Amino acid sequence: MILPWLILIPFIGGLLCWLGERGAATLPRWIALLTMTLEFALGLWLWATGDYTLAPAPGAAPHWAVEFHVGWIQRFGISIHLALDGLSLLMVLLTGLLGMLSVLCSWKEIQRHVGFFHLNLMWILGGVVGVFLAVDMFLFFFFWEMMLVPMYFLIALWGHSSADGKRTRIYAATKFFIFTQASGLIMLVAILGLVLVHYNQTGILTFSYGELLKAQLPAGTEFVLMLGFFVAFAVKLPVVPVHSWLPDAHAQAPTAGSVDLAGILLKTAAYGLLRFALPLFPHASAEFAPVAMTLGLIGIFYGAFLAFAQTDIKRLIAYSSVSHMGFVLIAIYSGSQLALQGAVVQMLAHGVSAAALFILSGQLYERLHTRDMREMGGLWARIPYLPAISLFFAAASLGLPGTGNFVGEFLILLGSFKATPWISAIATSGLVFGSVYSLIMIHRAYFGPAKATSVLPGMDGREMTMILGLAVLLVWLGLYPQPFLDTSSATISGVQHWFSTAFTQLASAR
Amino acid sequence: MNLLFLTFVFPLIGFLLLSFSRGRWSENTAAAIGVGALGLSAIVAAYVIWQFNVAPPAGGAFTQHLWTWIDVDGFTPTFTLYLDGLAVTMLGVVVGVGFLIHLFASWYMRGDPGYSRFFSYTNLFIASMLFLVLGDDLLFLYLGWEGVGLCSYLLIGFYYSERKNGNAALKAFIVTRIGDVFMAIGLFILFYQLGTLNIQALLARAPGHFQVNDFWIVLATLMLLGGAGGKSAQLPLQTWLADAMAGPTPVSALIHAATMVTAGVYLIARTHGLFELAPGILHLVGIIGAVTLVLAGFAALVQTDIKRILAYSTMSQIGYMFMALGVGAWSGAIFHLMTHAFFKALLFLASGAVIIACHHEQNIFKMGGLWKKLPLAYASFIVGGAALSALPIITAGFYSKDEILWEAFASGHTYLLYAGLLGAFMTSIYTFRLIFIAFHGEAKTEAHAGHGIAHWLPLGTLIVLSTFIGAWIHPPLAGVLPESVGHAGGGAQHSLEIASGAIALAGILLAALLFLGRRSVATAMANSGPGRLLSRWWFAAWGFDWLYDKLFVKPYLLISHLLRKDPVDKTISLIPAMAKGGNAALSRSETGQLRWYAASIAFGAVLVIGAVVAAAV
Repeated sequence: MILPWLILIPFIGGLLCWLGERGAATLPRWIALLTMTLEFALGLWLWATGDYTLAPAPGAAPHWAVEFHVGWIQRFGISIHLALDGLSLLMVLLTGLLGMLSVLCSWKEIQRHVGFFHLNLMWILGGVVGVFLAVDMFLFFFFWEMMLVPMYFLIALWGHSSADGKRTRIYAATKFFIFTQASGLIMLVAILGLVLVHYNQTGILTFSYGELLKAQLPAGTEFVLMLGFFVAFAVKLPVVPVHSWLPDAHAQAPTAGSVDLAGILLKTAAYGLLRFALPLFPHASAEFAPVAMTLGLIGIFYGAFLAFAQTDIKRLIAYSSVSHMGFVLIAIYSGSQLALQGAVVQMLAHGVSAAALFILSGQLYERLHTRDMREMGGLWARIPYLPAISLFFAAASLGLPGTGNFVGEFLILLGSFKATPWISAIATSGLVFGSVYSLIMIHRAYFGPAKATSVLPGMDGREMTMILGLAVLLVWLGLYPQPFLDTSSATISGVQHWFSTAFTQLASAR
Repeated sequence: MNLLFLTFVFPLIGFLLLSFSRGRWSENTAAAIGVGALGLSAIVAAYVIWQFNVAPPAGGAFTQHLWTWIDVDGFTPTFTLYLDGLAVTMLGVVVGVGFLIHLFASWYMRGDPGYSRFFSYTNLFIASMLFLVLGDDLLFLYLGWEGVGLCSYLLIGFYYSERKNGNAALKAFIVTRIGDVFMAIGLFILFYQLGTLNIQALLARAPGHFQVNDFWIVLATLMLLGGAGGKSAQLPLQTWLADAMAGPTPVSALIHAATMVTAGVYLIARTHGLFELAPGILHLVGIIGAVTLVLAGFAALVQTDIKRILAYSTMSQIGYMFMALGVGAWSGAIFHLMTHAFFKALLFLASGAVIIACHHEQNIFKMGGLWKKLPLAYASFIVGGAALSALPIITAGFYSKDEILWEAFASGHTYLLYAGLLGAFMTSIYTFRLIFIAFHGEAKTEAHAGHGIAHWLPLGTLIVLSTFIGAWIHPPLAGVLPESVGHAGGGAQHSLEIASGAIALAGILLAALLFLGRRSVATAMANSGPGRLLSRWWFAAWGFDWLYDKLFVKPYLLISHLLRKDPVDKTISLIPAMAKGGNAALSRSETGQLRWYAASIAFGAVLVIGAVVAAAV
């Protein structure tokens, strides 16, 4: 029964936040914080007690560490089927952690409709947890769409319009919604197609992931269905050329929105590829791998160039996410255990480091009321602590050893080097570009002559705790990632098994 | 020896304490922590080295396993410390010279608002440098390698309020990072070929796995060379070092002379077994070293900034070390690394003393006649300069440099020997040009000598180490690095020593002729047509910056400028634009006029019928 509670807690907590607004103004914040703490604690409890050597693997009915199954719409073979393995657990933990942080970082920023804001925030997180737990394709799609709506409101109602007034928050929210909604529809078609093909073959109408894994698809059909899934996940990851909702959404969203977008929502796409696209369509994915990896490469460099060219600090971080997710895409399609494990670490580390950078730029905004780096400069002497901490996270973002980002990127590049040395070598040179945009951010915002001499307020206890917690976590990921790697190991080796078998078959077929 | 890990734990604690103090502590407290951490580290290191000498560990190396970093699918890098003769040498240099420089810096940095920030960075640097030299795994080494790069970045940009310092820092980080990318690729190749990144295991497995000149070993060592060349400022990645002088002078002494820039030499020596399997690449190492040492020598000849002269000379001296590696004189390279750390740290610290005394003046032509007012700095420059020029018998530099020249000759690389001799000649010219211009002639500036133990003790110690006394320290490298061809020496070696000593003396004499007194000859030479051209060319260090700016920086900026509005986004925006356009066109067709509707119905009917007829035919 614990799995439905993982989803219900944020939904109920969100409603309570909304109701709580009528009481004290700070009540919704405390309720939300408590909700997410509970969620995170549940996740930790699961981590401590569960056996994560159980995970789906080819050739047998999927094993799960924890499972929950009740019927829903029996006529169509739809059920409420939730399941947890190492990979989804790590993602749930990340969601819980960043959930707490997004409540904390909105503590002062959000002053209008506090209750409704937290309702939306909690519902996004509930939807995300649903995505990570659902193993019924219909339920998965349900949560996939579910998390968009509150996100739309979050950007549209509490966002910031850009300084020149050209990009409004409504524009950004609508763009985000249309991109993800349209791609989600393609995925729905693919899901229905998969279910119907399976029905035609076996006479069983089911949306169950475990059953659909067994479907024997004709090559052409498999490729088309795989593309349907890939498009949806590519938009969310995001993959160049369908990335352009991301910078707008990031830049215009409130800090909590950016934290959730970069930290968790992007990870749902990588999770979706690992959980659904590869195991369901291994042969088509193997065939598609060179294209996907090339797209990943393009993303690395395109994101890096654009990050460098930005003047808005949040847009810079947003484009850096595009670049980082390029590495993840390469890893997912490399078919190497090392690279896939690297992708998991990279997802966690990027979640933490991007969230931290967004929180920091939110804190800068609260002090300076601008996100334009041309109006910053020389801030090092004016704000205590914040510049040095930003520097740490910039260093993490450029993949400095000792941070989780290094472990992730190194494993990805090392793992993909064996099968595709050229792609890996070119991607490695992306590290230089990564250092250019990360350091230029520090360079523009904190170095150089100061624009004014007044000292800005330092970080208070709340801001400091959030950020230092994230920093410690990144160093932990960087120096002793083994607990995380062990947790995801079984899931990842299952995925790798599916994929490498398909690779071998593809190679022998040629 | 189990205490070995404490050598970097103390600096790490110092780093954490100082970074969270944020300048709230007095300078004395910050200095006590920053220098004290290094002091404790030095005591531990001394104890460990003493133990290593008294009771050598079995097999000549001591290993301390801390924990396993990653364990995935056969890839198991560990945090393991490995202490052999080479590591002992490096440990001694890093901690010993590092401590002296920290002590000096506690004097040099007085009154700077970033006092504790400075020591937190340098403590972190020492810890990272120790990871680099003690790591038993190439990935652990890489952690230190990147860590020292970050600290170097932070310290070059230490005076951050000036844009040009930030730019220099950025340049240093990015250029070395390019080298690091090559190195990372080298690691990938080694892992897939040999199944491990543990250095000792690599060295053990490589000879059985590879033929000499096997494609993969050639590629792997070439990539490692790229990393080493970037860190050690060798061609073609040498451009960052001269700009790195924007950092505080003790940093130039610590990072950009004594320790970090020699990491490339250490890396190649550490993986010597791999390079021996790729003789072509090893030869390339020697050639790169020789070319760099000559080019940097010319550049040093015409600089006016005291620190830039020393920076180019550092580049040139590391060129000697690369040359030594290239001819298989492994111990010679490390020996020169050590003596160079002594005398170059001395020269930089002394130039720091001069710069402070002259109120942050760095142009040697605005100094002059300093020898009376700054006797200690003068003595330091004379001894350090003599060691740099390798004056025979009395200086440490003589023993190490001549070993390299002799090995180049003995191994049959005569042209490398000639490059080395040419470099030696230029070294003594530019060194004594600096000394004669800055310390002799008429006084042009007020100067105030420094005081205090933190001022004279490091200088004094390094003066002693830069003489032949320093050359008595013999790195315990037997058994760690292979014997070189010419280690036996003999009569020919003595003739070569005499020749190179004569060349050094000739250089000093020439410098004295040109730059002592009225310098009329030097001025005439500099003002002649070709002289002006050459001195401008050399002043810009052969124009590499200009070339790279045109080849890499400008195109990079151009591309990011062209892309800045996200053309892909613009392309996708065509879809909503088309929808809006269609909407506008169609709403215009709804005019509300009957004849227009009738006409369009008729026109549509004609079209449909036409299509049907066409299909039927």
